Amino acid sequence: MTDITDLTVAEIRDGFRAGDFSAREVASAFNANVATAKALNAFIVETPDSALAAADAADAARAAGDLKPLSGVPIGMKDLFCTQGVQTTAASHMLEGFVPTYESTVSGKLWAAGAGMLGKLNLDQFAMGSSNETSYYGNVISPWRRNDGGNAALAPGGSSGGSSSAIAARLCPAATGTDTGGSIRQPAAFTGISGIKPTYGRCSRWGIVAFASSLDQAGPMARTVRDNALLLEVMAGFDPKDSTSLDLAVPQWEANLSSDLRGKTVGIPREYRPDGLNAEIAALWDQGIAWLKDAGATVVDVSLPHTKYALPTYYIIAPAEASSNLARYDGVRYGQRDLPDGAGLQDMYAATRAAGFGPEVKRRIMIGTYVLSAGFYDAYYTQAQKVRALIARDFEQAFEQCDLLLTPTAPSAAFTLGEKQADPLAMYLNDVFTVPASLAGLPAMSVPGGLDAAGLPLGLQIIGKALDEQTVLNAGLAIEERAGFVARPDKWW
Amino acid sequence: MSIDLQTVKKIASLSRISVTDAEAEAMVPELNNILGWVEQLGEVDVTGVQPMTAVIPNHQRLRDDVVTDGNVRDKVLANAPQAEHGFFAVPKVIE
Amino acid sequence: MTESTYRIQGATGEWEVVVGLEVHAQITTNAKLFSGAATAFGAEPNTQVSLVDAAMPGMLPVPNRECIRQAVRTGMAIDAQINKWSRFDRKNYFYADLPQGYQISQLYHPIVGEGQIAIVLDEKNPDTSTKVIGVERIHVEQDAGKLMHDQHPTSSYVDLNRSGVALMEIVSKPDMRSPAEAGAYLSKLRTILRYVGSCDGNMDQGSMRADVNVSVRKPGEAFGTRTETKNVNSVRFVMAVVEHEASRQVDVLEAGGKIVQETRLYDPDRNETRSMRSKEDAHDYRYFPDPDLLPLELDDAFLEECRASLPELPDVKRKRYEQALGLSAYNATTLTADADTARWFETLVAEAARIQGKSESDVAKASANWLLSELYGALNRLGKTLDTSPVGPTDGAELLALVADGTISGTIAKQVFEIMLETGDKPAKIVEEKGLKQTSDTGAIEAAVAKVLADNGDKVEQYRGGKEALFGFFVGQTMKAMQGKANPQVVNELVKKGLAG
Ligand SMILES: [Mg+2]
Ligand SMILES: [Zn+2]
Repeated sequence: MTDITDLTVAEIRDGFRAGDFSAREVASAFNANVATAKALNAFIVETPDSALAAADAADAARAAGDLKPLSGVPIGMKDLFCTQGVQTTAASHMLEGFVPTYESTVSGKLWAAGAGMLGKLNLDQFAMGSSNETSYYGNVISPWRRNDGGNAALAPGGSSGGSSSAIAARLCPAATGTDTGGSIRQPAAFTGISGIKPTYGRCSRWGIVAFASSLDQAGPMARTVRDNALLLEVMAGFDPKDSTSLDLAVPQWEANLSSDLRGKTVGIPREYRPDGLNAEIAALWDQGIAWLKDAGATVVDVSLPHTKYALPTYYIIAPAEASSNLARYDGVRYGQRDLPDGAGLQDMYAATRAAGFGPEVKRRIMIGTYVLSAGFYDAYYTQAQKVRALIARDFEQAFEQCDLLLTPTAPSAAFTLGEKQADPLAMYLNDVFTVPASLAGLPAMSVPGGLDAAGLPLGLQIIGKALDEQTVLNAGLAIEERAGFVARPDKWW
Repeated sequence: MSIDLQTVKKIASLSRISVTDAEAEAMVPELNNILGWVEQLGEVDVTGVQPMTAVIPNHQRLRDDVVTDGNVRDKVLANAPQAEHGFFAVPKVIE
Repeated sequence: MTESTYRIQGATGEWEVVVGLEVHAQITTNAKLFSGAATAFGAEPNTQVSLVDAAMPGMLPVPNRECIRQAVRTGMAIDAQINKWSRFDRKNYFYADLPQGYQISQLYHPIVGEGQIAIVLDEKNPDTSTKVIGVERIHVEQDAGKLMHDQHPTSSYVDLNRSGVALMEIVSKPDMRSPAEAGAYLSKLRTILRYVGSCDGNMDQGSMRADVNVSVRKPGEAFGTRTETKNVNSVRFVMAVVEHEASRQVDVLEAGGKIVQETRLYDPDRNETRSMRSKEDAHDYRYFPDPDLLPLELDDAFLEECRASLPELPDVKRKRYEQALGLSAYNATTLTADADTARWFETLVAEAARIQGKSESDVAKASANWLLSELYGALNRLGKTLDTSPVGPTDGAELLALVADGTISGTIAKQVFEIMLETGDKPAKIVEEKGLKQTSDTGAIEAAVAKVLADNGDKVEQYRGGKEALFGFFVGQTMKAMQGKANPQVVNELVKKGLAG
């Protein structure tokens, strides 16, 4: 019998329904993998008992003929989702020991659908980072290694690096992620898995520790497109508690999966092929174009003229929102408090926030504070919101000629931990291909396309029209079928 | 626009993040590097463009005026570093 | 329109005071602006707090329709521009009463734009002493929580019950020129809010408080630098702040000093303002649109409902009382100064007209006089208000009807009213049981007149000799003999006849 932990979510779900195994067997198998993978540092909190309890409930319910969409499926939860009774830290010292008395809407939907929780997954602190090197709880290590015989620790991507690492290493069949500027897609690409950021407003933000409100979106991460489709169906849906939630029915994405792209037109944005684009990435992209043509799609060149301004726009808007969203961490109502001798209230704030936030979080708060401050607001923030409108308009105009866009997910394969630490700007440039869709609120997905010469996964990104996750998933499936990506990291941990 | 040590300290103070002189000094080139880079946005012609307000067309819903929440003091205070007699407590403030 | 003549006499000449008010009015709602927690006054600490109000990680705001509706109705009541597209912004600063680290407010696109409020400076001449004060804007925002400093030697305590309660901030233009104008503006604003029902106006519970902006200048010169005295919570205190702050500023300026733009605090016990240690050292609030919320778009149906549900407003009502009901300007002003009073009065008039089968204008004057003198006198004496009055408008109307149809005299009516106040009995029952019915029986009155004339022969002689002022004496004596129950008109006639006899 194949190892249960090699199964996809759909296979676990179906096998459990068919009685091939019990939910307890599934949970136990993953718990065992989690327990022996400390070297990856993918989890901040492991919750094996929680996974078992959900499994036992699923087993009992199955006996009573009661099957839910995710009965028998254990998953990992990014530690940005507030989970009732389970410490939620956003990978910060600030929230160390914070135990929410409430459950985020998205995690609550997953539990209600029968899923169990294997643990809270590590991430970049407050989701700020692209390599998982900003966590207070230490770096997450990718299970992948270069095929050069060395053992350099590689970045699993960020900010959902605990999620990507855990899935690639078979510690979870799937996990939640959140994506503000690429935090689902880039780690998926770095670790050879799939992940989708739905249209802004599909998934409720209620109960997710906020980074940048106008950009944050939750989404699933898993090894297959089908798993992403079925998980997103559970996670998405209208939430009256989130003003930006879309009041729309959730489509049946899984049932409507089809890799037949006849009648669809794929746009290839020329601005995503800058001079000096990594040759292997460029080659994979060309391969992706060929696959989509093979699936029946027509391919056209399109232009997104403001692409080069997307990153600077993002690095004004996201820090600005973050500087305000993170003001609530002040040591008064929850979290860390640092109270130097004889300190007054404002001194307490400054000391608490100096001790509670890591350097990258502080850096972004400072940038955000600066761009909103008196005299600079229009030059930075208002200008950025105008350019953002132009970036969104670029997409609208491109979508007059095509149904979806195909691009690389990241400009390179996973890099070595520490490689870009010294230069924040170099780190930011990692998100060059993912950020534009975030700014426009569009659904976008990364699927693995192949390996580079060093044996590391590379991802292709599909960007769809607003609300058209189906086309994104279908194109992802078409690539998945043709890429036949079966590579997996050798177990060294 | 280039920022100096004084400005970094002012931003840190506005952000309520205490910084040592050394930290502040280290931040000067770092922040200048990032801010210098984002300033390229200034070259974009935005004549007649409205700043984006909602990324996906959507309407602000309004809630009915009904009491549906509250009366959860235990939950509200559960994680407080210092809670006394049903209040959050902070170092004494002189107004 | 009148020009204020209020001037401060300084050593260097006359100074004019310039006043603008920013009034924070709590919107009357069950739930908070962005959460479902209750707003009732006086609850146990932190019991009316949701996880949203406590700014727990991941909590999000959803606006309360009633708050928006009441702000729009208030805007309509002051003839203001209603903005169909508005937006919430965040005002960022750190303080222990502000859980989010920002207040959700409206800076760039408020829901209500320019409007106006007419104030009356002389209630006896409302039409000739009216001054129009401009309103700059009304925006909707969250209230902060409360800090308590006297419960612990080294700690302040935080109660978030008020955190997130909906406020309207009503910002006037710097159009007021005296303490009296500032007081009249605040009173009038309170009257309007209570009419509209958007704020209960309870200043002692903090439902309304004013930030008072004061500057001084030599008449005709440009505006001087202003100070802002925060959270002043009564009309009287607002007037005191203007008076005190204006003369303080004149003293500073005349001593060669400069006014610093600053926030001040009023101490009612010492009747002075003092500089406040600022909440935000740099005053850099970093306003930006709240990304958790979408722009607020109001449709025509919503606006239509807001307009249709507005009551008759005080200025219109006052004019109607004067023109249609024939009341004096003073009475009309007094009766319309408060929505509850006007409502009470209108019930009284409607009932009086119904019982007497007359038009409202026929009974309005007597009703107004009775309410303002008899009823108010009694309530003052008893320490009660219209709300707690032992006599309701229907009983009052019945009493007025008994006078009007001649069943009792005005004098007896006062007695009956006293008994009504004590017992709560119906006036007709009291008149019946105590035998207070007025008589028009000419036989009995004639006999009484005859006896009075006979007993006062000397005075009759004097009267007939030309001392006509004695007429009242004979009437009074006759009424006394009749125990006040004689119809005064009949008494008049019969006395006249007897004296002529
Ligand atoms: Mg103010
Ligand atoms: Zn205000």
